[in-house]
Amino acid sequence: MDALVNKRIKRVMKGDQDAFAEIVELYQHQLFQICYRMLGNRHEAEDIAQEAFTRAYVNIHTFDQNRKFSTWLYRIATNLCIDRIRKKKPDYHLDAEVRGTEGLNMYSKIANDEELPEEELMRMEVQERVQYEISRLPDKYRAAIVLKYIEELPLAEISEILDLPLGTVKTRIHRGREALRKQLSNL
Amino acid sequence: MMNACPEKVIRMMDDYLDGEISPSEEKELKDSLQNCSDCRKIYQELTKTIAYVQSASHVQAPPDFVQKTMAGLPKESQRVGVKRFMRHHPLMIAAALFVLLMSAAMMSSFSDDQQFAFTKQENLVVEGETVVVPAGQTVVGDITIRNGDLRVDGELEGDVTIVNGQYMASSGVINGEIEEIDQVFEWLWYTIKGTFQDAVSFFGGNDQSIDE
Repeated sequence: MDALVNKRIKRVMKGDQDAFAEIVELYQHQLFQICYRMLGNRHEAEDIAQEAFTRAYVNIHTFDQNRKFSTWLYRIATNLCIDRIRKKKPDYHLDAEVRGTEGLNMYSKIANDEELPEEELMRMEVQERVQYEISRLPDKYRAAIVLKYIEELPLAEISEILDLPLGTVKTRIHRGREALRKQLSNL
Repeated sequence: MMNACPEKVIRMMDDYLDGEISPSEEKELKDSLQNCSDCRKIYQELTKTIAYVQSASHVQAPPDFVQKTMAGLPKESQRVGVKRFMRHHPLMIAAALFVLLMSAAMMSSFSDDQQFAFTKQENLVVEGETVVVPAGQTVVGDITIRNGDLRVDGELEGDVTIVNGQYMASSGVINGEIEEIDQVFEWLWYTIKGTFQDAVSFFGGNDQSIDE
């Protein structure tokens, strides 16, 4: 798999877009999944996943072929997601009009620190509720939890993606897990 | 901090859930969970939480995702497009290349030869663009004339090829064949035939030398 990917990357480095289409084909679902779990809505996830692929394409020359391509790609995507989350917060508070915009469901509009009323939570499907609680986690815990439990990546790889020491990754996973436990205790 | 249970038990729980616990601590953790209902509750909630998160259905990228992503990329260089075409159509490229080289070679040799030229042999005389074998003289050897005419007043012992010109009948004698070539295609054919004959004689010569 890695040899196959590296072969395509060499072609992409020479500017071959068809080879890159094959790479997009290969990683699209995993990358979209990461973005979706981080951002909590399909519309934004698609936007950011596309942006991540575009950046990977444009900066392909900076990729070190001795490393794992997926790690590099996921790193671009998680950074973009975290940027988006941080930019989104003030937008939300400042501009109430955005609330009714099409394509964004109401849960995605909820800022991390704003809680839904209890009866609203009870009406949610389990899947929906889990996604909602993940999107309420602080972004640094969210990235670690998504990579660990949804992408099921080894801790060492997560530490490389997030560019953090292994110990910090563990701490974030522990805290994220603990926060989710409390948030989901009434489920 | 987070709850009433000893911090050590919480740490062991985390290590256990990370899959990084030593066998001795694992036993210690099990004992703690059996003895403390609060610890047990936290542990059960944590494993339940993990199961919930992992059960989150796997979402897929939209069906047109690849196409949309590719459409948003900066344009590739033309050079690569040509390279890819060559990789996908090697036979076509070979055929095109063959035709190109052949025609280029022949056309250029044709147009290069727009100038008057002839094979130098002893006793040949040139009058304007006419090559003359003077009366009373004998020229021995083949003659090729391009863009000029030939008049033989004396005697010529050899074959004559005239390209874009003509042999003007006269009182002289030619002991050989006369060939006149006036058109581009005839010239092409002549070149191909010549190349072919050269090749055949080359290989034929080889065969002979092997036989000997």
